[in-house]
Formats: sequence, structure tokens, C-alpha cells
Amino acid sequence: MYGKRLRPLSIATIAAMALALALVFFYAPLDAEQGFLQKIFYVHVPLAIAALGGFVLGAVLAIAHLRTRDPRWDMRSYVAIHMSLIFAVGALITGSIWAKGSWGHWWVWNEPTLVSFLIVFLLYATYQPLRFAIEDPERQARYASVFAVTAGAFVPMNFIAVRLSTAYLHPRVLGSTSNLPGPMALTFVVSLLAIVLLYATLCTYELTAKHTRAQVRALRRRVLGETPEQEGRRPRSAAPTTAPGAAIGAEAAGRAL
Amino acid sequence: MRGTVAALLRKELLVELRTLESVPAMSLFAVTTFVVFHFALNRGSVEGDLGAGVLWVTLLFAAILGVNRLFVADAEQGGFDGFMLAPVDATAMLLAKMATLLCYLIALELVAVPAFALLLLGPSLGPSLPGLIGVLALGDLGVAAIGTLVAALAVRTRARDLLGPLLGLPLLVPIVIGGARATSPLLTLAHSAPSARWLVTLGLYDLVFGLIAYALFDFLLED
Repeated sequence: MYGKRLRPLSIATIAAMALALALVFFYAPLDAEQGFLQKIFYVHVPLAIAALGGFVLGAVLAIAHLRTRDPRWDMRSYVAIHMSLIFAVGALITGSIWAKGSWGHWWVWNEPTLVSFLIVFLLYATYQPLRFAIEDPERQARYASVFAVTAGAFVPMNFIAVRLSTAYLHPRVLGSTSNLPGPMALTFVVSLLAIVLLYATLCTYELTAKHTRAQVRALRRRVLGETPEQEGRRPRSAAPTTAPGAAIGAEAAGRAL
Repeated sequence: MRGTVAALLRKELLVELRTLESVPAMSLFAVTTFVVFHFALNRGSVEGDLGAGVLWVTLLFAAILGVNRLFVADAEQGGFDGFMLAPVDATAMLLAKMATLLCYLIALELVAVPAFALLLLGPSLGPSLPGLIGVLALGDLGVAAIGTLVAALAVRTRARDLLGPLLGLPLLVPIVIGGARATSPLLTLAHSAPSARWLVTLGLYDLVFGLIAYALFDFLLED
């Protein structure tokens, strides 16, 4: 059953978010140089970490799909990448705001983390057009997985290449939790946890919704006595469609379409 | 395996020689782009960073033209079906296509680099030619590996002419970084040598994407 973990996950997420926000606003000290502006760090960096982690997770799930040929792995990979894209938009926007506030420009090219993040985002933005451009569902899943693995390997490579190309001026966030004073480090860790939980919850929500929709569609089809072939409309989104048989016999999923 | 690759490569080059579909278009595109750069930048000559940027952007976009055409004949005229019927390893197709693309790129550069030196480059190219050939060779290997993978991904989609460049360009950005940074000292009056850091970066990137293409290509050929 898909939706079982949804309730505890949602509650944990809300609690963690509330705790993180409370720590950000009432506990973490003001930064000496940047003042209040520095608080965006507790949103921006966890968003970026969750998005990048999600991209790599999508690649791992895609490997599972290529090995097993089970369309459910493709669905998970799709959801992981889809949600990461949304988080990446958030990270880019908050990063831009932070850059404007602390350096006076919306975009700073000699900031390798920002630039490599943009390149990764541009690459992943083609994921959905690629899916949408392939009609055969089995081939769509396979090609999307090949893309996901390639892009997942590209993420660290790209970060190394761009970092080499620029002298950095960014606060070195990832390795620098030890440089942060204690209260800030604690706040950051809690914020990161909250955002990762949010990511997991949203992914579970999307998976549950897709699964439920497939189930409903299959049941309706059975009630109306239709065969899958008779329903000839094109899907409106690039999301993978789990086979209608998935609700009844999951292992038949691949062959049913 | 080696025989298969050689046969496929021979077939590709023969087809290209008879149809002249890719390489002339790529070369012409490159030369035209230099003219466009001349007017767009409003400069009679370029050097250093700017020169390296102009050269690499031009080569990259010209390469994309070739990448877009790489599998079209196979998809449209049954080349894939014929290959699938033959009792050979899919990797042979990958290696043959990579070698084909590499040949295209070398042919392109044989036209584009002299044209660049004649039309746009300020300092003379002579003393830094060996270094430039080395950098271009490393870049070409990477473009060939990524280009082949991307071309195979995009060719059987509805919008392949659009998806090819969209997928390929972000993946090629690190090659542009490495290539352009390594080229720019070569194109100055001092003709200094490129820093080894960029050559290593390019080489590692080529290696990683060569391995990725090798690992994933089979999955693109299954039907």
C-alpha cells in the first residue's frame, strides 16, 4: 500500500519545519557581517543540497530500473527528479536573492556553486521534454533512465569543472559546518533535516497520487468494460504512466501497455 | 569486435563521402560563424580569452550539427534494424559512431582552424599549433563520446533536432571550460603553454563520459 507512510511523514515534516523556523528566527545569532540577510542561508543551502541529492537519487533509481525493468523504479526516478527540479528552482531564486543582498548583483559569474547549479538545472530541464517526445512508454522509461544516469554522473563532474575554473568567493558552505559557531551549525542541521523531510514527503505524495490515479483509471475501465487499447487519448503530462494492470497484478505492469 | 567496428566505420565514412551530408555543412557553418563573430564583436582580430571563446563556441555549434545528423539515416532508413539483426555487440556501433564523429570533427577542424587563423586570429598560429592540436584532440574525444550518446538518445524522439542540442550543450559545458581555458594562452602573442590542470580535467572528463556511454549505450538500442 502506497499511502501508509504519508501521515507520519507529513506530521514529522511539519514538526521539523516549525522547529527549524523557530530556531532560525529566535535561536540562531545574527551574522556579524551580513546581519539578518544571512538567515536565507538556512533555506537556500538545504534546498540546494536536497535538489542535488534528489538528482543523484534519481540516477540511482534509474539504475535500478535499467537492471530490473520494473516500471515502478522508473516512476520513482521520475518523481525524484521532478521534485528536485522544483527544489532547484527554489534554490536558484533564494540564491539569487542572497547574491543581490550580499554582493549587490542578482547573478554572480565568479561563484562556482551558483554557476554549476545553473548548468545542472539547465540539463535537467530537458528531462521532461525528452520524456514527452517519446511515445512508446517502455522506450520512454528506458531512455529517461539512460538520461537520468548520465545526468546524475554529470552533477559531480560539472561541479568539479566549474569550481576549477573560478576563484571562489562563496562562503564554503558544505565543508564548513565545523567553521560555523555552534548555534548556527545546530540550526543549519535542523533546517537541512526539515527540507529533506519535506522532499521525502512531497515525493511520497506524488507517488501516492500517481498510484491512486492509475488504480482509479483501471477500476473505471473495468466498470465500463473497456480494454486499455480503446482508451486512445494522449497523456497531457510527461509523467510516466504506470500500466493499468499495476493495481491488480503489479508484475504484469510492463507488458500491459 | 575490431572487424565489426572497422566495417561499420567504413560504411559510415563511405555514406558520408557519397552523400556529403555532414562535414561540408559543419565546415561551412564554422566559417560563416567566424564572419558573424567578426560583425557581432565589431573587431578585426581576436586573441587570448576572446579568441579561444570564439573558436570553441564555433566548433561546438558546428559539432552539434554533426551530432544531430549522426543517427538519422539509421533511424529513418532501417540501419538500426539491420544492425540489430546482425549477431554483433551493440558496443561496436557505439565505437564506430564515436570514431565517425571523431573523423567529422577532425575534418571540421582542418577547415575551421586555418579559417580562424586567417580571418580572425591576431597573433600567428604557427608556434602554438602543436599545443592547439593536443587540446583540440582531447576536446574532440569528449565531444565524440557525449555527442554519440546524446545523438542516440535524441534520434528516436519526436523533436530530435531540438532535443539534441538541448541535451548536449549542458553536458558539453565542462569541455568548453577546459578547452577554452587551455586554448587561451596559446592564442596570445607570448604563445605560452596551457596549464596542465585543464588538460587533466579534459582527459578525465573524456574518460568518465566514455565509460558512461559504454555502460548505457546498449539500453538505447534494444528495440
